[in-house]
Amino acid sequence: MKILVAIKQVPSRDSQLKPGATGRWVDEGDLNFEINEPDAYALEEALQLREKHGGEVIALCAGPERAASSIREALAKGADRAVHVVEENPTAVDTLHLGRLLAKAIAAESPDLVLTGLQSDDFGAGQTGVVVAELLGLPHATIIMQVEAGEGSIRVKRELEDGWFQHVTLPLPAVLTIQSGINKLRYATLMGIKKARTKEVKAATAADLGVALDSAVVIERVYAPSRSKQTVMLEGSAAEQAAQLVEKLQREVRVL
Amino acid sequence: MSVLVVMEQTDARWHRMSWETLAAGQEIAAALGVEAVAAVLGAGASALAGELAGKKLGKAIAVDHALLGAYSADGYTAALEQLIARERPSLVLFPHTYQVRDFAPKLATRFGRTLVSDVVKVHAESGSVLFVRQLFQGKLNADYRCSGDGPHFASVQTGAYSAEALACGNAAMETFTPVLAEGTIRTMAEEPFRESARAVDLTSADFIVSVGRGIKEKENLPVVEALAQALGAEMAASRPICDNGWLPMERQVGSSGQTVSPKVYFAIGISGAIQHLVGMKGAKTIVAINKDPNAPIFDVADYGIAGDLFEVVPALTDAVKKAKG
Repeated sequence: MKILVAIKQVPSRDSQLKPGATGRWVDEGDLNFEINEPDAYALEEALQLREKHGGEVIALCAGPERAASSIREALAKGADRAVHVVEENPTAVDTLHLGRLLAKAIAAESPDLVLTGLQSDDFGAGQTGVVVAELLGLPHATIIMQVEAGEGSIRVKRELEDGWFQHVTLPLPAVLTIQSGINKLRYATLMGIKKARTKEVKAATAADLGVALDSAVVIERVYAPSRSKQTVMLEGSAAEQAAQLVEKLQREVRVL
Repeated sequence: MSVLVVMEQTDARWHRMSWETLAAGQEIAAALGVEAVAAVLGAGASALAGELAGKKLGKAIAVDHALLGAYSADGYTAALEQLIARERPSLVLFPHTYQVRDFAPKLATRFGRTLVSDVVKVHAESGSVLFVRQLFQGKLNADYRCSGDGPHFASVQTGAYSAEALACGNAAMETFTPVLAEGTIRTMAEEPFRESARAVDLTSADFIVSVGRGIKEKENLPVVEALAQALGAEMAASRPICDNGWLPMERQVGSSGQTVSPKVYFAIGISGAIQHLVGMKGAKTIVAINKDPNAPIFDVADYGIAGDLFEVVPALTDAVKKAKG
């Protein structure tokens, strides 16, 4: 089975984020970046499917030059090769434009299965996989917790709300968006890191793919949200904070 | 011109967020000086659409077809594509449910548009619409604007609008029968199921101590468990902790877990992504302990401690034990 995994590089989870000079995106100056967590689960699922059924795993990433480090990580974990769609301006990219870039790159590979995370930790739009499926004319299923590959079709376990699930069968080729927690993530081994250096990374730009920038949506302003609630922040040493909290719980909340 | 609100139902039961989205649709339509129109899809949707007759709407449309009896992205997209082509709304609104996440991006793409998903506020005035949505799991907000003519597409976050604001009135009823062919639905869905009976019922707990990524390692859990024990509280967790298998899935609070409303909810090392907040916002009192003073959890907390949980939680455990004698 030829499996393509779309991954995104995002600021690491503990990042302190503040609006940048343009006011339209964050200041990326001091940030560290990592593979978007749901995409890491999608990559792991692809690697496990390959281990079970054979085939090839191709990592696809649209993003600026810095995303090369996340592509290397995907290769070190076991992807066979990679495609890097170089797109320098993060805010120029709305989901539809990004979808068009990815769809063109995917069409060139004709995979049996396309996997990606259900959402990204930066924009959090939760749409890329579905948009790509529509652009490619492929069926899709979202928020997937289990994949069983069959002959020409797959049966997946979809997560619904409030602890419900549903099995869905769809013909291949298809697109799945993977939920975090579907599997256990592996670490790259030293051997894997070494091997990754020699694996192929194809680069392509929007122009190479024949996609003109046409954003249907623009971000006008990025800002810190205003607090909706008056939170009482407790100050002092840990012991002092703890003592104040217990007092509040006794006197104000009247529970202890 | 209108604002079209696509309501969600399953087995003739409304999704509660449908009403919040309808209230949002009414507010935006009034600001734009256009009508709000509601639509509901299903097999035999006309009966359900009757419940919309008493709302202040231009009209309520039952999108009725045997192939819409069970949800499919292909069926819903094709039906709504035809409805939108007929109604020509300037804005189409959805509740941001799991089901909407499955088909609305596909529908918007079909119209060459980008769905603005999970919006927390829509500012509409004199023909111009600005959408506010969260970035980075709620750490920042962003104002989005759609360029070009409609239809534009947006989904509304749970709790962003109140169903209590719904205006009553009289809506004309209409049925729309889309053209759908059996072979165009490519997915085959089986009956929904639950994994197992929930052995742990967090919904009746008075005190919940909930732990998130800040705990760092499974080996650190006893730090928080000691506090739960001192308080006589149930242990709960945010999704990543259960994903890692550090606590069982049935102790998960949030959109994919349980929705709780204890007297006091302690969020420890939980940043406060919306997926978690929807499960615990209803707690009477919320205490947050997090090392990041800008964490979104502090937006919903009554009491906050910005500090190292490995120092604060043991101190709190001692203080609670002392208070209880």
